[in-house]
Amino acid sequence: MDKVMRLASERGVVLFSKSSCCLCYAVKILFQELGVTPTIHEIDQDPEGREMERALMRLGCNTPVPAVFIEGKLVGSTNEVMSLHLGGGLIPLVKPYQTLC
Amino acid sequence: MFSFYNYVLCCLFMLFFSSSLYISMYCFLPDFKLSNAYNINLTCTKAASIISSRSMDFPSTQFVPSRTMGTYEPIHQIGMWGENFKSIDSPNISPSMIVDVANKLENESETTSHELLAPSGKYDQDASKPLDKIQRRLAQNREAARKSRLRKKTYVQQLENSRLKLIQLEQELERARQQQGLYAGGALEVGHLGISGAVNTGIAAFEMGYERWMEEQNKLICELRSALNAQTSDIELRILVESGMSHYLELFRMKSGVAKADVFYVMSGTWKTSAERFFSWIGGFRPSELLKVLVPQIDPLTDHQILEVCNLKQSCQQAEDALSQGMEKLQETVSATLASGQMGQGTYLPQVAIAMEKLEALVNFVNQADHLRKETLQQMSYILTTRQAARGLLALGEYIQRLQALSTVWANRPREPA
Repeated sequence: MDKVMRLASERGVVLFSKSSCCLCYAVKILFQELGVTPTIHEIDQDPEGREMERALMRLGCNTPVPAVFIEGKLVGSTNEVMSLHLGGGLIPLVKPYQTLC
Repeated sequence: MFSFYNYVLCCLFMLFFSSSLYISMYCFLPDFKLSNAYNINLTCTKAASIISSRSMDFPSTQFVPSRTMGTYEPIHQIGMWGENFKSIDSPNISPSMIVDVANKLENESETTSHELLAPSGKYDQDASKPLDKIQRRLAQNREAARKSRLRKKTYVQQLENSRLKLIQLEQELERARQQQGLYAGGALEVGHLGISGAVNTGIAAFEMGYERWMEEQNKLICELRSALNAQTSDIELRILVESGMSHYLELFRMKSGVAKADVFYVMSGTWKTSAERFFSWIGGFRPSELLKVLVPQIDPLTDHQILEVCNLKQSCQQAEDALSQGMEKLQETVSATLASGQMGQGTYLPQVAIAMEKLEALVNFVNQADHLRKETLQQMSYILTTRQAARGLLALGEYIQRLQALSTVWANRPREPA
């Protein structure tokens, strides 16, 4: 839990993912299109992966991955990210971290 | 509310199961022609005006010309259908559908109507009949019609339940049969296993639900069309827009249910027409395609709206691209899994088992795609005014109707002899 909290509160856009998860891949592509490079933590390649998975579930995610945090705040999973983006709310949040215009 | 689907079924039911009843009831009222009541070859607006002005003043009632009979039917005969049009501001009948039903019933009730047709000259005598007798007759009509409708409803419901049961039994039988000659050389012939009874029941239920959904959809489209052509208030339009939106939400709910049962069924789009399938993207329409169809139909937009729509288009496209690439990745993953290990020995259970796990992600993708479609519709409804939203929904509905028409025409196109 601590590890997840620590990693999640890092600056910028943090994405918890699994290397085998294709939906996580889709979220990565979306950020790429927005010119954002999130800090990606592949929890299936982490020795504490199981723990992290449980921690993410406890934080309120229906599925542990993908889980997006911006400025330490949980944005949510694919659903929330998509809704936010279509509503025009994602770009303002990631603007400071965009590397392409 | 009395749906149009039930209305059509009612007409058919009334004819086939009650014609004898009516003949006996009205043998002493020869001017009443059951079949004439079906000869409603009017447009939507005409029907509305006539029905709303339906009066009990016998001599001054309006008449509907009957095409085949060459006689005129008094408008009060429509009173039989009174319950159907209780609260009618805009009629909820598609004109073409009425004509179709009318034509169908005209053809099939030819003999019946001719029997009743003979003493048509007696029509003028009705003018002298006392009013209460007519009113009693009308009440009897209404009562009989109501009872027929209820009987029809229960009958249809029983049929649907039996059909579901039948499909379930068929599947169980198929499974039992196949389990006999299935295992050969240690390898499971996965392709021949067939779907479990529960899945097929889910699909059957969805297909029936979709049929009803489509009928309701066509009714809503018609309502929108008439409302926009008439000078309907924004408040009434808002109600229609809300119905339209929640109707789409209903479809997404249904799809989510059947996706859990069989995601490949949703991906295949079997329940849709061929032209619709041609444009299918992860089990439905492309959100960006939707915007392309809608936006030109809702001009003029304010500058602010244009900006918002532009942003929506862009974010929609980006989300779509992300999901598409995710799908490609999924295909690669499943393919790589199946192709792993040595081939040629005829054993592949481990590969299949792992691929199964990976394939489960497909349900998530279909749900995400539907979520995207839902969000696109909702964002548009926030950006647009009520009137614009109504035009947009109408355009979208008509676009799908055109796709369906294309499918039909394509299927019936003349083919060169082999």
